[in-house]
Amino acid sequence: MSSFKPGGIAYSAQNCAVMRTANPITIVSLSLVNFDYSNEDRKAFTPPPPNDQFQEEMVIRPLYSGDIYASFQFRTQWDTDFLHDGKKVSHYRLFPKSLGQVLSKFSVRELHISFTQGYWRTMQWGQPFIPSPPGAELWVWFHHTVTDVDGNWKELTNVLSGIFCASLNFIDSTNTVEPSASFKPLGLGNATDHRFLRYATLPREIVCTENLTPWKKLLPCGSKAGLAVLMKSEKLFHSSFHSQAVHIRPVCKDWQCTSTAWELRQTLNVVFDLYTSGQGKKEWSLFKMFSRTLTEACPLASSSKIYVDVTDNPGVNPLISTAVVLGDRRTYSVYDLTKKETFGQLRSLNLLLRWKGENDMLRPPLHAERYVSGFGLQKGEIHTCLYNSHPYRAYPVLLLDSLPWYLRLYVHTLTVTSKTRENKPSYIHYQPSKDRLRPHLLEMLVQLPPHSVTEVTVQFERALLKWTEYTPDPNHGFYIGSSVISALVPSIVAMDTNSTRDRPLFSSFFPTKEESSYFMRVYTEPLLVNLPTPDFSMPYNVICLTCTVVAVGYGSFYNLLTRTFQVDEPSAPLAKRLANIIRRLRGVPLL
Amino acid sequence: ILLKPLIMKITRRGRNAALAIAAVVIVVGIPLWWKTTETYRAWLPFSQIGELDSLQLQLSVEVEVVFSRGTLIPELQKKVPLTETREQEHQVDAKTGLQYRYETKYRTATIMEDDALNQPTAQEADLSLHMLSESACGSVVVYIIPETSTLLPEGVTVYVGQRRTALLRTTVFQGRGGLKEVLSALHPLVKQVVDTMSFSHQDILASLSDRMRAGQISKESLADSMRAIKSSPGYEITFSLLNPDPKSHSLHWDIEGAVHSYIQPLLDKLTPIANFSVDSQILYYAVLGVNPRFDNSVSAYTLNADSLAHVINPVEARLGSNAASSNPVLNFLLYVPDARHSPLFIRDRSQKEVPSNAFHSPRWGGIMVYNVNDMYDSKAEFPVDIDISMAKVMGVFLAQLRLLLGVQKTQPPPGFLLQSPGSAGLADWELDRLLWSRSVENVATASTTITSLAQLLDQISNIVINDNIAQQVSSAVMSLHAALAELEVGDLALALQYSQEAILASEKAFFDPSLLHLLYFPDDQKFAIYIPLFLPMCVPIVLSLLKIGNEVRQRRADKLAKRD
Repeated sequence: MSSFKPGGIAYSAQNCAVMRTANPITIVSLSLVNFDYSNEDRKAFTPPPPNDQFQEEMVIRPLYSGDIYASFQFRTQWDTDFLHDGKKVSHYRLFPKSLGQVLSKFSVRELHISFTQGYWRTMQWGQPFIPSPPGAELWVWFHHTVTDVDGNWKELTNVLSGIFCASLNFIDSTNTVEPSASFKPLGLGNATDHRFLRYATLPREIVCTENLTPWKKLLPCGSKAGLAVLMKSEKLFHSSFHSQAVHIRPVCKDWQCTSTAWELRQTLNVVFDLYTSGQGKKEWSLFKMFSRTLTEACPLASSSKIYVDVTDNPGVNPLISTAVVLGDRRTYSVYDLTKKETFGQLRSLNLLLRWKGENDMLRPPLHAERYVSGFGLQKGEIHTCLYNSHPYRAYPVLLLDSLPWYLRLYVHTLTVTSKTRENKPSYIHYQPSKDRLRPHLLEMLVQLPPHSVTEVTVQFERALLKWTEYTPDPNHGFYIGSSVISALVPSIVAMDTNSTRDRPLFSSFFPTKEESSYFMRVYTEPLLVNLPTPDFSMPYNVICLTCTVVAVGYGSFYNLLTRTFQVDEPSAPLAKRLANIIRRLRGVPLL
Repeated sequence: ILLKPLIMKITRRGRNAALAIAAVVIVVGIPLWWKTTETYRAWLPFSQIGELDSLQLQLSVEVEVVFSRGTLIPELQKKVPLTETREQEHQVDAKTGLQYRYETKYRTATIMEDDALNQPTAQEADLSLHMLSESACGSVVVYIIPETSTLLPEGVTVYVGQRRTALLRTTVFQGRGGLKEVLSALHPLVKQVVDTMSFSHQDILASLSDRMRAGQISKESLADSMRAIKSSPGYEITFSLLNPDPKSHSLHWDIEGAVHSYIQPLLDKLTPIANFSVDSQILYYAVLGVNPRFDNSVSAYTLNADSLAHVINPVEARLGSNAASSNPVLNFLLYVPDARHSPLFIRDRSQKEVPSNAFHSPRWGGIMVYNVNDMYDSKAEFPVDIDISMAKVMGVFLAQLRLLLGVQKTQPPPGFLLQSPGSAGLADWELDRLLWSRSVENVATASTTITSLAQLLDQISNIVINDNIAQQVSSAVMSLHAALAELEVGDLALALQYSQEAILASEKAFFDPSLLHLLYFPDDQKFAIYIPLFLPMCVPIVLSLLKIGNEVRQRRADKLAKRD
């Protein structure tokens, strides 16, 4: 994976780097405005209880393929209300000010944004803790008092693209949809009116250091202390998969849920390719992955923990806890960074794990694939294959497809087949596209029979674009965003529904309501579709050619009109002249 | 012999055809080409803008001079009230002229006012005079009090209150001269008071600095005007607490309460000038860009004035830009040095410690260093909870805010006593001063923006001028005229409002992105497209026209020769 972005895409970088020349500094003897200093009793000062808290956490899990999956989660919770009428939230402590201002200015209820480089290989790696599609994804629930949702959305994407140094400003009405069922709010409040929801992806977005730096800046400790010191971009981007995300939502302040608080989760997921790059040795260490070791927790964090998945390597570690996540009971050894003993005498923590045996992987009960078939540049067909590998349970899944307008869908060709029989979706929501205005939105609820492959196919025609609408390097093809599959998957082990208990962050992102199933979201591969591409020097060629034709025609016409033709004394033909020369030489009279 | 007329006829036909084609090209082709390739340029009031290029500003101040009991002998008292207008003209440079009009009304004090002036202290007198009558924005009232009055302390001749009134102590004008002499004796003092309370010539020149070359303005007023942040419809004020060492210091500041009690009154007072929004944040592990030096003599770390310029850049990267608005930001940073580098003091250029331990950067904000090392002993358990004294901090930040907003620290002439503004943070006459200089500055900026925009549009014919730009330009011109008229009348509040509208409209027009659309359409590409069409068409036409011309000349020469 390269650590630079190719040219061609215009990245908005107005806010990314603010350069200043040396400031002229003035020290002026200030005529101080004096206030009465209240009697301060230093000894008596007891700090008020903070209304915000910060937690950090890392999970390391060796994967079936021998790769290492490291997942960071940082959670800031603040007991405040950004959407309260009248009173503006303006004094920030742990919560980043830039995001808080965005929330209150645009009346955002819930905001989820992710930047991903690489594709998560479900069949080799299992399930990620927080899934994300390749490229950038943004979905936002606005507060129900917002009148101009589209205006807010437009402005919000521009502001976010400034904050994260990403090309989110390319989000416009042609790639924004309002899903009716797939994206329910993850936080408090059961908003169902999807007019206040906006969803957009930019599958072409390339994620790199300049997106990571502003993301790190949102952490209270930055990358100066705590788990975030491990985030060196040259290591993080030298990996098979990199995904960073920001999730903001209102949550319950406590288990009684008497009042709400705002939760900001920053997550970063990396898959390191240590198995192949380490000559087939199965081992990992913090230093090897991040070229750093840990020395302290972030002093502002109320909890700071490392979980190492030791389900396949039981034994060694005394600090063991188990957690049920994604329908699987796993064993973790836990390292608490807020305790001094963790760091030992060297005051530095480096974890190292070597193992021999094969890793067992629980096959994910649901996964999906997608590809384009067909030949030529006129028509094609999109195939989406949904795999239910549960041995005996059928369950419904929600499939969401958002396709750009330049793929003209033939909806009548939509077929859903499982086990060679037609499988009629119980719910279909289709919103046709409008040229240059709106993409296609196709949502359906499909029942997946146990242990089966369900194939969804739909044909499309490729549209001809105007010559200014082509992206740079159009022969590379056009990226079509991933389809999203959301499902409540039946769980083999009982899920933990008790929200009062303290759970590790990685197992508490999606709310679980019942013991027998858990929520799962799967993204398919993005597609790369070739469109008929013209030769871009064509307009000039056409101008030149027509001009030449016009000029030639005009020239002869002009000649005909203006030239005069005179009868000339005809000169002797060539043969006669030649004959005369010869005759002259011979001394014979001329002809 | 028979052929000759025929040939003549044919050549004449050819000539006519060539002429007809040339005529068609000129009459139909060229206008058609011109019309289809024309850029849209809406009409702009160029002549009015041209008038704005030479700016004639007229400022009027209403001054009321009130003689209290015992300052005028009875014969003279009968002659007042009377009104007098003085005018002063300055030609600043070829394009800018200034005219000040002081409309002075003289009258004697009413009984109530006399009573008010009998209060024991000047402050109380000021307050009770304010209760009696409220003077209009931009006006000045001067009360003349007798020398015997005990209102003012020894050595003070003029007292400037919190509102728009001043007290002036003079000797009783005895006998001899008529009222004229009295008034002319009084005039220089009154002029000084008005200069302090509304505007002086130097202030106005500094406000006009946009229009003028350097060197015409005195250095101090230029520094003042460069320090003050540019006029804008709104400002964001951000207070940031920098805690580079959260492991040792757990800092608590009651910023919400402090803003409410110290900053908000000032901002409420300034609402006619701009909208302010205040927010705050705490930044951890934010360090200064320079390493302070340890000074053994005082056993403290010190920052020299020279190194302060390098402090801001690294810190600014952490501050974060304001996502929610595009108004200029004023940053106020409170830096608490880490435990190992405490205490930290700032030294000025003469190597003396700055008592406030703070500095500011023009148009950017201020930084204050707040040492906490004496708030705990070395045995304390880390992190130490520390409560920051907001009164101390806000005293410094408020003073810096006043400087940055352009409430100049006026150097009062000798013998003047200025009442400190109190809890509001700003006296009425200070607000007036600010309004005067802001209105003039806005007028100057808007007029230069509009004239340079007009010049630009005039010079570059490629630029498309849309209707909305034309509309913005004409509304800017209209607001500018209205602001000038209001300044002439002396209605300060309206003048400021119009001048702000003018500045907004002019900037909007100037920075409109639609101006750029065709700006960079290069000429060589145009030629590349035109040449294949125009060259083959025009060459025969031009050549045959030349030939016809030659023939005509030839024939005329022949005719002349024949006649001879």
